Amino acid sequence: MAAVTVLLPPALLRLFPGCDPEPAVSATTVDEMVDALDARWPGMRDRLCDSTPRVRRHINIFIDGERATLETRIAPGAEVFVMTAISGG
Amino acid sequence: MTARVFVLLGTKKGAFILESDERRTGWSLKGPFCETWPMNHVIADPVSGTIYAGGGNEWFGPAVWKSTDLGTTWTHSSEGLAYQAGEEAIKSVWSLAPRNGRLYAGVQPAGLFSSDDGGASWSHVAGLRAHPTAPNWQPGGAGLILHSIVPHPDDADQIWIGISSAGVFYTADGGQTWAPRNTGTRCDYLPEAERYPEFGQCVHCIVIAPNHPSRLYQQNHCGMYRSDDGGQHWESIESGLPSSFGFPAVTHPRDPSTLFLVPLNGDIAGRYVPDGKAAVYRTRDGGTEWQAMRTGLPQQNAFFGVLRQAMAADRLEPAGIYAGTNTGTLFASADEGETWTDIAHHLPPILSVETLVL
Repeated sequence: MAAVTVLLPPALLRLFPGCDPEPAVSATTVDEMVDALDARWPGMRDRLCDSTPRVRRHINIFIDGERATLETRIAPGAEVFVMTAISGG
Repeated sequence: MTARVFVLLGTKKGAFILESDERRTGWSLKGPFCETWPMNHVIADPVSGTIYAGGGNEWFGPAVWKSTDLGTTWTHSSEGLAYQAGEEAIKSVWSLAPRNGRLYAGVQPAGLFSSDDGGASWSHVAGLRAHPTAPNWQPGGAGLILHSIVPHPDDADQIWIGISSAGVFYTADGGQTWAPRNTGTRCDYLPEAERYPEFGQCVHCIVIAPNHPSRLYQQNHCGMYRSDDGGQHWESIESGLPSSFGFPAVTHPRDPSTLFLVPLNGDIAGRYVPDGKAAVYRTRDGGTEWQAMRTGLPQQNAFFGVLRQAMAADRLEPAGIYAGTNTGTLFASADEGETWTDIAHHLPPILSVETLVL
């Protein structure tokens, strides 16, 4: 599988001390990307996805400026932006 | 030997820990912990001293946080804390209860999980949601939450749980099968002829009496109750109280006939202390007579409430009582409620209060 670069949000990095903020992982879909992240930082899948399964409601994953789902394909060499949405109170 | 006394707070913006010695006159505060996630319940295993914090974050979902060094470092996990694919996902952890090395977690939407590895991984106690009434459970104001977990002190197979607003359920076989335990508790929000259903009661909090495991107390949306037969029948104990509405109920560490409540002015009246004057009510006889304890509590312009998990007792003699408000103030009494002191304020809304004595 081709390498893609993932840009992780600061609030997520705080939950995984020592985590690379821009890891390169091998994946062809967002689902595979999340699995690869979880393999390196156990528990990260649960923080990004719920058990439905789907990307959590207030987590946005952007590829080429478009919101992605777990099924979205990722082109080799792509940059994937994982972002925390506006939320809270 | 001097005891270390800890008060553990779950708040809307993280967990906090206060510490004092057995005199309980001066307190230090640490926090916020858990990355300021909303923490619905922060507890300590009284044997190991391990602290667990259950909550949920709008971005990252539910998790149970854990500290084995009194809050200095934390880990978190939600491995296994999930329903089957296709079901509504778990939003947050609402309640935690340790029992002889096992840890229970109640979640939203309502369900019960257990962990035998100190919160690292979780298993669904699936029998509860398999109960035939489950499809008809209706959420209360805070959602469909499992907020009270009451293990029997001597029998690992017996557990009572409370769900808003499905009512109290009981298992005698370790969670495989469950039965409603709501006889005698009413639903003022239903038509008069329907006010005592088998389930659907808005239980706010259930606790078990010390040294009397067949005795339970319940603060309900509609009344205060005592049961002396393990919840098979409930008897109203609200006579003498200023209202039938409140959230927490706290037992004494040793006396099964002592109970502490914080009645609020009513579910349609603002849900703050009556007339803006704060009082913790104490009974010494199982709910026949009540005494309003006001010394040290604000007696004018107090418009706060105390939420369902936001009051606790410590195990010292005399027992300390702690009440955290939804306006971020923690009141403490080192004399079983006779006198009170504001020991922390300007905190986020307090969602839970528990104690640990080492």
